[in-house]
Amino acid sequence: MILLRKPWIWSWAAAALTFALTIALTSGRGGSELAYAALSFGAFAAIVGLGQMLVITLGPGNVDLSIPATMTLSATLALKVMASEPGTAFLGLVIALAVGFGAGLANFALIFLLRLPPIIATLAASLIYQSLAIWSNRGLRIKPPEPLADFATGRFLGLPNVAWVGLTLAVAVWIILERSVWGRWLLATGQNMRAARLAGVPVERVRATTYVTVATFAGLAGYLLASFSGGAALNMGAEYLLMSIAVVVIGGSSIAGGDSNVPGVWGAALFMFLVVSMLNSYGAGAGVRNVLTGTIVIAIVIAASTRRLRP
Amino acid sequence: MPDHESRPIVALAEAKKHFGPVRALDGVTLSVAPGDCIGLVGHNGAGKSTLVNLINGGLAPSGGTIRFDQGDDALTAGVRSVFQELSLCPNLSVAENLRISHSSLPRIGWRKPARAEMLASLDAIFPGHGIDVAGDVEIERLTIAERQMVEIAIGFAPRGSEARLVILDEPTSSLDAGIADQLLAHVKRFCAAGGAVIFISHMLGEVFEVASRIVVLKDGRIVAERATQDFTRQGLIDAMGHMTSDDASVETARQFGAEVLRTPEGLSARQGEIVGLAGLAGHGQAAALARFYLAKTSTWRASRTSDAVFVAGDRARDGVLPLWSILRNISIASLKLGARAGLVDRSAENEMAEGWKTRIGIRTDDLTRPILSLSGGNQQKALFARALANPAPIVVMDDPMRGVDVGTKQDVYAMIRAEAARGRTFLWYSTETEEVCQCDRVFVFRNGEISAELTGTEITEENILAASFEMQEAS
Amino acid sequence: MTRLSRYRILLPVLSLAILLAATFWMQPRAMSYFGLNLLFNLAVPIALATIAQMMIIMVNDIDLSLGAFVSLVACVTATFLHDTPLLGLAILAALILTYAALGAMIHALDLPAIVVTLGMSFIWGGIALFILPSPGGASPGWLRSLMTIKPPMIPMAIVAAITIAALTHLLIMRSGIGTVLRGVGGNARSVARAGWPVIRLKALAYGLAGLFGVLAGMALVGLTTSADANIALRYTLLSIAGVILGGGEFIGGKVSPVGAVIGALTLTLAASFLSFLRLSPDWQIGAQGAILILVLTARLIFSRRGAEA
Repeated sequence: MILLRKPWIWSWAAAALTFALTIALTSGRGGSELAYAALSFGAFAAIVGLGQMLVITLGPGNVDLSIPATMTLSATLALKVMASEPGTAFLGLVIALAVGFGAGLANFALIFLLRLPPIIATLAASLIYQSLAIWSNRGLRIKPPEPLADFATGRFLGLPNVAWVGLTLAVAVWIILERSVWGRWLLATGQNMRAARLAGVPVERVRATTYVTVATFAGLAGYLLASFSGGAALNMGAEYLLMSIAVVVIGGSSIAGGDSNVPGVWGAALFMFLVVSMLNSYGAGAGVRNVLTGTIVIAIVIAASTRRLRP
Repeated sequence: MPDHESRPIVALAEAKKHFGPVRALDGVTLSVAPGDCIGLVGHNGAGKSTLVNLINGGLAPSGGTIRFDQGDDALTAGVRSVFQELSLCPNLSVAENLRISHSSLPRIGWRKPARAEMLASLDAIFPGHGIDVAGDVEIERLTIAERQMVEIAIGFAPRGSEARLVILDEPTSSLDAGIADQLLAHVKRFCAAGGAVIFISHMLGEVFEVASRIVVLKDGRIVAERATQDFTRQGLIDAMGHMTSDDASVETARQFGAEVLRTPEGLSARQGEIVGLAGLAGHGQAAALARFYLAKTSTWRASRTSDAVFVAGDRARDGVLPLWSILRNISIASLKLGARAGLVDRSAENEMAEGWKTRIGIRTDDLTRPILSLSGGNQQKALFARALANPAPIVVMDDPMRGVDVGTKQDVYAMIRAEAARGRTFLWYSTETEEVCQCDRVFVFRNGEISAELTGTEITEENILAASFEMQEAS
Repeated sequence: MTRLSRYRILLPVLSLAILLAATFWMQPRAMSYFGLNLLFNLAVPIALATIAQMMIIMVNDIDLSLGAFVSLVACVTATFLHDTPLLGLAILAALILTYAALGAMIHALDLPAIVVTLGMSFIWGGIALFILPSPGGASPGWLRSLMTIKPPMIPMAIVAAITIAALTHLLIMRSGIGTVLRGVGGNARSVARAGWPVIRLKALAYGLAGLFGVLAGMALVGLTTSADANIALRYTLLSIAGVILGGGEFIGGKVSPVGAVIGALTLTLAASFLSFLRLSPDWQIGAQGAILILVLTARLIFSRRGAEA
């Protein structure tokens, strides 16, 4: 029963349950389509969720609220540079990642130099990124280059390409957290920043790289999402603010920091999509969906806190 | 004990307080009557703050009784405490802070009476204090001394009832001599008018000046309680000290290398030397160590080898990474040593941790268990292993033996000697005299400054105590 | 008052004055009754929402659900309060009590407020969608006429802002209970040691936030005459920015109601100002972010100077 003690198992169990409930309605038909859709849409939530997880791992007060704006900005600029020309996909990717990288640097500069709480720093910065995106977009909807759009919506070995990207990233993050020196430093910083500092961990460097990483992930997610959905829209990132934090919490990572959970993020990303489609197929409206999602998030936080209170 | 006509405000009978196996207070019988001014003295860990917290209701006793003459709790009995750590709300003004602890101010127009009450209290205790009560200045904009004055004034203010017993824990630690004298004079007036005070101070001159009776605590018990005139300064220091059988082997003078560090405070050490920092807790030792360590290490760079490592004493705040295994807690300071391409070499990590587990004797059969599954002493050993596993030339230790059992201590002393003999330098702050006596050189701190430097045979409990307590007459 | 403590309110006042002067210089016609009314029209609900956020920040928490909550209130106002006033009032009262209960729960279980309020934002949003799946509804007549009243000399928006600032200043800065509430943010332990039940104080702070959130939603409907489920989502960010602009700090119970209202006015004006600059509206949101960063930088410089002095 060692599996039951892994915090990530619950998000997967919940995802499996909702999957089963949805399939039950159609008495088994459409299962593979549903799984495919969940993997496609879940991939975006998983990518930003992995980034947000790293930030939340840094400890209380650390969160990146600029994820949606960074996604939109990098997608908009990447599509603008590519200008629907074939053969520019790689250039676009570089642009998107560079925008994310720059946004992360700017976020951390505000946090470190102006000593702002991360919430305010990323919030203020996100307003600027949003404006930059609006300004550069000018209401035009530029289509992604054909081959890129095909890649983003295509599949490989039966799985959506975007899911492959998300899975690769998850494995990479898992290796970094579990095996690398930097990952150990991050986890130590999140448990007790003072103790980590006194144990010789370069805590500011850890914080800087984390904020840059989350923004770069957001840049990648924006690039993929725009390619997947045929262009960048100004509100394309909006739902990913709540989503990125929700998948971290549901995935079993500790909101108090220092304890992250990579498989749980994917489980929670699938679950979040499956809940929506389950409620859709049972005919529930958007209102019920949101109420249920919120209730789940709060219930999980309460459950996690009572677990903490009786060690 | 002098006889008291009146009933005591508070009477403790065989009061005990145990924290797990630690007997912080081991059966104390004490009564405080109107007019008493009790000087409470004792060395670090003697149980002073535990006793205070039992009297003011901050802690519940594990055994024995505490009785008040009015009501059942400290608040209704008129017991007030003024703590060493400031307990004001820094974002509120002087009068607003009084509002927090004063329940019977009027609902409308409370500010005026609150200001008047604070001003009256401040004027009574510290005439000419110059604190702007009327201007509603936030506490955080006052100097430390002014904050302490406000806190004392709130302690003595009537607050709707009447202050009958005021506990002052190191009240003069940040006051200059003139203001401290004003306080002492007020304490005398207060007691003469039928109030009672428990006065804790490291300034023995002050204790002798105000106390009518002196109570000496040691190891959680009262070892002496007499009228002040029956004590001499020397007698008081003797009463506080341990009657340890002094068989501490006098080390043959060892050879030390060149001087490897010197701090602005005047702390210095040579290679291979064990340098002790002594004095009463909170007199700047920990701050000096932290400053030194933080200056030696970076928050941005981490090279393969470090200049200094740190052993924390406040394990929860500074040391233990609570979610992790013992293994990871040990290896965190030396991950860079065996890393290849940024990845941790896990077999080397295991080997290193296992090696230290045996060397330092961490009692567990499995290093992958959570660190919190260990007892406090074994957690501390893990923190020692964390520091010593890194070959840094300087080891900084911030009172690392708190709550550690005797056996563990002996293991660790041996380990420290062995590492020093290999040429590592130790900076060791300790609140326990026995440990300080293990050092080659000792700096005694008082009020954030070095008050004495002792070497060799000068390192005795008596000398350390004498340098820790202010011996001059309160002028 | 020392020189330093004046900075806390000086900086917000200065930012608003500079922005206002620049606006008048760009567009002299704005310096009139109708001009001012136009400039600050939408400031009233934002100011109320900012006060609500301030109540939460005062006790060292943060509310990420405020925008969704104000939207929900707007939906309730435009439907239930319009059609069945009594039921509408009961629902609004229940919402305020829910807020108070949330505060008590967050304190009792030591939950991270940021995540709980994030979850609540889904719930509020869901209920709002349930009530009003598509934009619509209507403002109760009395509310509409209250919000569009035209007092002599000074436009309604200004009168309302001054009233809100004065009332909340009395409540939070002057009254005894307000002082204790700020004490919870400053040093909860010392408040508890003086015998106050901190859990009830937290519930009170959250309840007050709920009350002002409700007022914000009602004011918004009074101005827009209809509602939708997403009408006020941006209030979450605006209200946090307003509190900080107004000299509030994230921890330590250091807040200023007058500052918060000024912060809200500044943010509202910033948007109008840019349209006068003939800068494309694309930059409106960004300008709010830039002003926030500028003011915070200025505050950092001030406080460094203050520390040196």
